[in-house]
Amino acid sequence: MSVSVRIPTILRTYTGGESEVKADGDTLRAVVADLEANFTGISARILDDAGKIRRFVNVYVGDEDVRFTEGLDTPTPAGAQISIIPAVAGG
Amino acid sequence: MTLPPLVEPAAELTRAEVNRYSRHLIIPDVGMDGQKRLKNAKVLVVGAGGLGSPALMYLAAAGVGTLGLIDFDIVDESNLQRQVIHRQSSLGMPKVESAAATVRDINPLIDVVVHNTVLDRDNVLDIFSQYDLILDGTDNFATRYMVNDAAVLLGKPYVWGSIYRFDGQASVFWAEHGPCYRCLYPEPPPPGMVPSCAEGGVLGVLCASIGSIQVNEAIKLLAGIGEPLVGRLMIYDALEMTYRTVKVHKDPECPLCGKNPTQTELLEDYEAFCGAVSEEATEAVKDSTISVHDLKAMQDRGDDIFLVDVREPNEYEIVSIPGATLIPKGEFLDGSALPRLPQDKKIVLHCKSGVRSAEALAVVKNAGFADAVHVGGGVVAWVNQIDPSLPAY
Repeated sequence: MSVSVRIPTILRTYTGGESEVKADGDTLRAVVADLEANFTGISARILDDAGKIRRFVNVYVGDEDVRFTEGLDTPTPAGAQISIIPAVAGG
Repeated sequence: MTLPPLVEPAAELTRAEVNRYSRHLIIPDVGMDGQKRLKNAKVLVVGAGGLGSPALMYLAAAGVGTLGLIDFDIVDESNLQRQVIHRQSSLGMPKVESAAATVRDINPLIDVVVHNTVLDRDNVLDIFSQYDLILDGTDNFATRYMVNDAAVLLGKPYVWGSIYRFDGQASVFWAEHGPCYRCLYPEPPPPGMVPSCAEGGVLGVLCASIGSIQVNEAIKLLAGIGEPLVGRLMIYDALEMTYRTVKVHKDPECPLCGKNPTQTELLEDYEAFCGAVSEEATEAVKDSTISVHDLKAMQDRGDDIFLVDVREPNEYEIVSIPGATLIPKGEFLDGSALPRLPQDKKIVLHCKSGVRSAEALAVVKNAGFADAVHVGGGVVAWVNQIDPSLPAY
């Protein structure tokens, strides 16, 4: 299932500057694995050493934060818009 | 969700105030009632920097009756690309003085309260308690978590905004009516994982894009109009020119505002909570930090050193220390830099100020380069102390 993933500025070094990329996978877990296959290193910025979503990164499927749905098992239907939103502190 | 007005209306508007605020008064949603509420409102802007500049100026112009500002910094030339409340003529002045002068010039009818101090755990509750609403324009995680915690403990709405390069985020945290900052981001990133604007840069006008959203939300809360940005995160991408909102849930497990709060007062040490430098880096730099004078002496003696600049290529282009080889920090973190380091020379690392080189030093020492060192103060210290003819950034 093809989904689109919004890449925040600080992770665009992994995607060659692309702000939105396509990925495949029925769940968020599979989508992140597919991202890693194409953009080596990116999953370590999203997941911690235990494979959980980092506490200062929020991942949304549509407009829902997956921390409050099924986490990495959240289904990602075809055409879903996935957003990765890391904490930034600039001001 | 609409919320009742945060502030009771003032008894009346003077003739001068009616004249000044007439374009507000003729909006039915604001009107005399809304403007009187703004007049009675007390708003604190934390930080008179990038976000604080437009926020203070628009809040002043809008007629917020008591405007507090807090900052400890002085105006630097590198602020002027975005901090439009400060001027060329304010270089070297305390930011609060420069900012207060500008807002008084914009609107002499309001009261301006200056807090020329570092906001810390000892004064934050006392200062916040004097205001109805807190608007955050700070530039680091430690202060943001402290501001959030104090706002939750005092039951104040916290209008939050954050910027980096071309990306902005804004939300309203108000535990009584929705989530707090910790519900959105339970923990700060580890040191070195998320660069600051001083390290990564920020588009100047982005401050206005996000700061104006914050003022918009503050005015709505004070006057009790519209749909507040409570429970929603606004995400702005200046390059794509898109605004999107996503939901922010109140986290039932939130240690501060959840069902069973475990944190009922401020943390002891917010710097430690956010870890300005990682434990590995703190350990690595012990007895392995040299000054820019030490570096200069090494170079003058012709010591056999390999000087590595761990900043990014565009920073290297702005200014660099003579003889330095550029290998960005990321290449140390992923290990690819290590084969490029000579085994027979002393490795000397530097960055802009010494934070990133400390992180890289931990990697280098781990890889067996036991006598490697880093330069405290980095390029900034080099420019200030060794070669002031070079540009600073």
